[in-house]
Amino acid sequence: MDWETSRALLGGLLIGLSATLLLLFNGRIAGISGMVNGALSSAIAGRGGEAWRWLFLFGMVAGGYLYEYGLAPSLPGVGPTPPPEATAGVMLLGGGLVGIGTRLGNGCTSGHGVCGLGRLSLRSLVAVVTFMATAIATVLSRGTWLDTASGLTRHLV
Amino acid sequence: MIDRQRILGFLDIAGDWDSSLLFVLGGAVGVTVIAFRPVLGRSRPLLAERFWLPIKQTIDLPLIAGAAIFGVGWGIAGYCPGPAIAALVLGRPSPALFLLGLVAGSAAHGLFETSMSRSRTEPR
Repeated sequence: MDWETSRALLGGLLIGLSATLLLLFNGRIAGISGMVNGALSSAIAGRGGEAWRWLFLFGMVAGGYLYEYGLAPSLPGVGPTPPPEATAGVMLLGGGLVGIGTRLGNGCTSGHGVCGLGRLSLRSLVAVVTFMATAIATVLSRGTWLDTASGLTRHLV
Repeated sequence: MIDRQRILGFLDIAGDWDSSLLFVLGGAVGVTVIAFRPVLGRSRPLLAERFWLPIKQTIDLPLIAGAAIFGVGWGIAGYCPGPAIAALVLGRPSPALFLLGLVAGSAAHGLFETSMSRSRTEPR
């Protein structure tokens, strides 16, 4: 196995370990979309006792920081992560659909993928197959509809 | 996974396919499939009174429609929620804009659901 594949596998094992520890210690499913929603809605409603969500999300940022600026520079063949350059519209649209979809379908790649498959949930398996299929179809047709969209905008403007 | 080009490279099965995400998901699910069983066999978690697990078992339209919409959003942005949060450390606007969209979409769904349940329970 090459170094890049080993890194991917190691990253996956750490994600699995993280989900296992959250379940073992807190009895919670590590679903990130649900965690974001729960953290915000509990903050808005002023509910206490929900700090675990904020702490987990903060830990993800802290871990990302340690990796990007502490670990990655000292790893052979691993440079800084290329900066994401996409238009604001693409990000807002993609994020909006992810927000609606994860609420409607009760989960994303972590809740349904990492945790749901780990629980051998049939619902999660159906969700994973569905979002993988539509994500692949979206990327494959990306060029086409992005051109159409920008063409339409030009036409309208 | 905080590199959105890698995610898009993984989803682009017709192009120069990037297989690494398959190993990320495989590694993660490999651990949870093995380790969740003994954990869930316990009567309670170590630091909490009980486990909070999804109770729904049925495969219904909201599940499939929701997963389908999520996949489209993932394919457009190249981020799913977890990596977008970790990618905030890159200090670029894209992950923050994605999360802004996510919160807005989720709030829109919440409002829609509230108005639906209200219209269902309103006396005629």
